[in-house]
Amino acid sequence: MSPDLSRRQFLEASAAAAAAASVPGTAAGRENATATNTSVDFLLNGERREVTVEPRVSLLDLLRERLSLTGTKKGCNEGGCGACTVLIDGKRMNACLVLAVQCAGREVVTIEGIAGPDGGLHPIQQAFIDNDAFQCGYCTPGQVVSAVACISEGHATDEATVREWMSGNICRCSAYPQITAAVLDARQRMERA
Amino acid sequence: MRDFSYLVARDPAGAVAALGEPGTMAIAGGTELLNWMRLGISAPARLVDIGRLPGQIELQGNRLKIGAGATLSDVGENAIVRQHARVLADACLKAASAQVRNRATLGGNILQKTRCAYFRSEAPLPWGCNKREPGSGCAARHGLNERHAILGWTDACVATMPSDPAVALSCLDAELEIIGSKGRRIIPITEFHFTQAEAVANGDDPAVTETQLEPDELIAAYYLPLRGQERSAYIKVRERESFEYALVSAAAALQLDGGVIRSARVALGSVAQKPWRLFRAETALAGKAPTREAVLPPIRAALAEARPLEHNAYKVEMAANAAMRAVLAAGGQA
Repeated sequence: MSPDLSRRQFLEASAAAAAAASVPGTAAGRENATATNTSVDFLLNGERREVTVEPRVSLLDLLRERLSLTGTKKGCNEGGCGACTVLIDGKRMNACLVLAVQCAGREVVTIEGIAGPDGGLHPIQQAFIDNDAFQCGYCTPGQVVSAVACISEGHATDEATVREWMSGNICRCSAYPQITAAVLDARQRMERA
Repeated sequence: MRDFSYLVARDPAGAVAALGEPGTMAIAGGTELLNWMRLGISAPARLVDIGRLPGQIELQGNRLKIGAGATLSDVGENAIVRQHARVLADACLKAASAQVRNRATLGGNILQKTRCAYFRSEAPLPWGCNKREPGSGCAARHGLNERHAILGWTDACVATMPSDPAVALSCLDAELEIIGSKGRRIIPITEFHFTQAEAVANGDDPAVTETQLEPDELIAAYYLPLRGQERSAYIKVRERESFEYALVSAAAALQLDGGVIRSARVALGSVAQKPWRLFRAETALAGKAPTREAVLPPIRAALAEARPLEHNAYKVEMAANAAMRAVLAAGGQA
């Protein structure tokens, strides 16, 4: 397999080839153009983007399925776990409960936009590593983005307050003590910087 | 989710006009509506985005106006609300999670639907739910009903309405401004939601009719009358410490006179399909000291009419205690 081909691209290409082979005349990967497709203009991790989507597409599905930004995770798809946390105009929100069309004119930041432009880790990311704040890592992108907002909101004051204000992010591996420590640690590092 | 067409309302009049077309629903934060659409509870052909409608919070003489577009975060952290209507700020910040609060609006929040697990399932339902399919029965009536109503229910439906802000608004005797194709009206929030029994009394389907809101109407704003020197508090009893609905909740607002209650308003949450004001207890509390011994008996008496289901008798005592704690918390504020 070519090293330039992502796993996702390989699976999609295989499925499309199989579908095309079984249904004569079908163009694999053809987009359905419907009358309701809407053009959305927004800022994504600092870059201007314009996409055309059906209104029913969530921001989460737009990020993962169309824009290949798979750092934001789909955990529950109902706003109950926080794995899909992104920043919209600086405020943390669940991308599964935002329609892509509702992002028009807004500034969206995902986990991919947290590290520095040169790839240098954000102090929060470094604090998560240094405090052993993830095991399987699935909730981690949502935790990190949520922590960025938690600190900027001024809610990373003490352990109890961090636990309350990070309660929208569930961790099945139960790394909560380490995540809490990482958020407090990150706030101190950012203040010293 | 079926596809739908989407438009953005520029102003309240535009939103009302858009809602006039059948099959149109309004979307603001989307924290309820999108889940309804994914479960098969709602399937609108068109959504009108009302996210730009006003959400300002401002003092207007002796009342506090809150635009329906204000988010729970906006309301909970607002200095005016925290000073003049603390119970509402606390109810907002104890609701949901930070991510949801940044999106959910006060207008949408009181329109949320029950958390009954039989109701909140993905279609097709393998059990009866008169809200989802009128006439199919109520699986909760004799099923797993630990979280369901102890007041106002009928055999057709035993659901509760889980909003925290609604309980605070009821306690504060807030009024709603509603706009629609027939114009503008102002009603007390205590009359906005219906219990199942109230719906029957109105000649409506008790499982289907939950509020006064017509399909082409929107909540535009809330008005909170401010009483001088009023202290208020919200108590939310739940199994988890955060990001969890209430088992029961209570909101209390007091005016004190020389350490004695001059007037009290007390509302219970998650015991019925509307916030439940303890009107008889409120009358009895006047002249009493805000102590456990003085406050608990009138509250218990007001709950004598509660009708528990097979698995939720605990709610009666728990609600009485929550109401007492809310009164004491309000009374104890400096």
